[in-house]
Amino acid sequence: MAARHIGDVILKVDNISLAFGGVKALTEVSFDVREHEVRAIIGPNGAGKSSMLNCINGVYSPQQGYITFKARTFEQMSPRRAAEMGIARTFQSLALFKGMSVLDNIMSGRNLRMRTNLLLQALRIGPAEREELEHRAMVEKIIDFLEIQAYRKTQVGRLPYGLQKRVDLGRALAMEPTLLLLDEPMAGMNTEEKQDMCRFILDVNDEFGTTIVLIEHDMGVVMDISDRVVVLDYGRKIGDGSPDEVRSNQSVIAAYLGVAH
Amino acid sequence: MALNVKRDWPIVALSVAVVIGLIAPLAAKLSTPGFYFEVLLGGLMSGVLYSLVALGFVLIFKASGVFNFAQGAMVLFAALAMARLSGEGLTQVHYWATAALLGAIVGYVGVRLWTGPARAVSRSTTMGAVLLAAIISAVVCGRLFKAGDWPLWLAFAGAAAIMIVFAWLVERLVLRHLVNQEAVVLLMATLGVTYFLDGFGQTVWGSDIYEIKLGLPKTPTLILENMFQGGLLINQEDLVAALIAAILVLCLAVFFQKTPTGRALRAVADDHQAAQSIGIPLNHIWVIVWSVAGFVALVAGMIWGSKLGVQFSLSQVALKALPVVILGGLTSVPGAIIGGLIIGVGEKLAEVFLGPVLVKTFDLAGGGIENWFAYVLALAFLLVRPEGLFGERHIDRV
Repeated sequence: MAARHIGDVILKVDNISLAFGGVKALTEVSFDVREHEVRAIIGPNGAGKSSMLNCINGVYSPQQGYITFKARTFEQMSPRRAAEMGIARTFQSLALFKGMSVLDNIMSGRNLRMRTNLLLQALRIGPAEREELEHRAMVEKIIDFLEIQAYRKTQVGRLPYGLQKRVDLGRALAMEPTLLLLDEPMAGMNTEEKQDMCRFILDVNDEFGTTIVLIEHDMGVVMDISDRVVVLDYGRKIGDGSPDEVRSNQSVIAAYLGVAH
Repeated sequence: MALNVKRDWPIVALSVAVVIGLIAPLAAKLSTPGFYFEVLLGGLMSGVLYSLVALGFVLIFKASGVFNFAQGAMVLFAALAMARLSGEGLTQVHYWATAALLGAIVGYVGVRLWTGPARAVSRSTTMGAVLLAAIISAVVCGRLFKAGDWPLWLAFAGAAAIMIVFAWLVERLVLRHLVNQEAVVLLMATLGVTYFLDGFGQTVWGSDIYEIKLGLPKTPTLILENMFQGGLLINQEDLVAALIAAILVLCLAVFFQKTPTGRALRAVADDHQAAQSIGIPLNHIWVIVWSVAGFVALVAGMIWGSKLGVQFSLSQVALKALPVVILGGLTSVPGAIIGGLIIGVGEKLAEVFLGPVLVKTFDLAGGGIENWFAYVLALAFLLVRPEGLFGERHIDRV
């Protein structure tokens, strides 16, 4: 593994509780994420992993606890603020703009960075034209990086699943995020597609220094690519540490394999 | 769009039926070609108006997934505002308020254009600028233009401002609180807005029949006299209306397809959550979309009003846009236009040519086909192709 410099804590999740009516999705979960690291969240189905991500980028508002990102503490995020502060995400069940081309999907990730106003945009004059070209250049880089050059103008809904996942990642990358949240980036993929995706994730982490939080079910993948792992079960944190530590953690084994009664 | 005959046979059959219906009157020698084409053109012209109203539906549905029942009421309201502001008989308060709203909008847009999308100015500064612009505008307009003597362009701008404020209010008071609710909830909400707007429009602007004097040439002209015996009689006013509609549609197409804001709109239409995650502000987008829909409603209401006069029945006529969007597809801008034209032409031809045949064959009283034709056509489409001609076909991965 390349010599990555793992920095200070960039994201801190403090004592988060989230309930939907009587269902407790998360109970007093705390963990931190360091700059430039790959942090995995694992756990059985319904453990609250996606809920955790949704709290971090503001889709859900936890009833209790704090989220500290880049040294600013919030009781709740809003998706807009999260995006502005450099948090990007992908979705477990694809949430792409299906009617739009691959190019437009990824371009939409640049939206926050567009500075010229609507009037100039519509007429395509002066700074608007230049800006559009700059963003386009950046998007082309991402398309090259993800090896989807051939599908630039294809409507996203027509692409096979594995490629759609890549476009989803591309759109998130277009935001040039400091923190990238990946919700099961490899769900439903075959081995080859998984390997590709792993490579992309590691490259992103390596080349752009992006901090990554990912949810994944495939244990092999998780143990291979992550620096530290959080384990959730029934909304509680039951393990936290390096892959090796987690693997030998007794309650983690119990949660995954069941315990003898 | 590739047409697969095997899969799409109902649509092919329907198209063939429509085409046969179109040329049948000619083939059966029911009329002279000249008269036939006059009816056809008349149908196209009313079709243009249906298209404009349908366009408003499609815009809002595309961008927010809301089936906006209030589009017809918006047409009526906008037309009422335009008619009264450009005419006489309003109180001074109306003009002041409208001028103030116009100023406020100009002020707000000015601040945003000046600073760009980055929220560099504080809320209070923006509010101050908006308030100041509103007061200046009210005073200046009061000085320059006498009540009851507003020029057409100012009345138009005023009505547009009113529609934008309406869009903002709808977002503020209704949509914002119903994010992620089911479609039925949103539909009911717009139904409420419809009746409110119908009534409120009459409260504010009055309930008589008003006229919008656009100054369009009303004289009918004869064209193609050497091609048809007696030539074709058409209204210049209709031609201008069609031209305005075409320009509007072109501008909208550019806006939607070519600008980043248009891209954001399409993004919101496709997936709320994903759009939020890349930092597209939903509230903002909704205000923009409803404003655009309000503007389209204004243009439609204006043209319609100058043709038929502004009255309550406008909002009923606007309901014809429902079969149009079902025919064309709820999510398709070209669909709204083509659907509008098909229905406009179809109902006119049916009324003029199918009616007499029915009367003769079955010994009926006749008439009234124009009223139901659009809806029956839409019904047929619902049976064979529920997503409409150009709508997105939903294929779920299982």
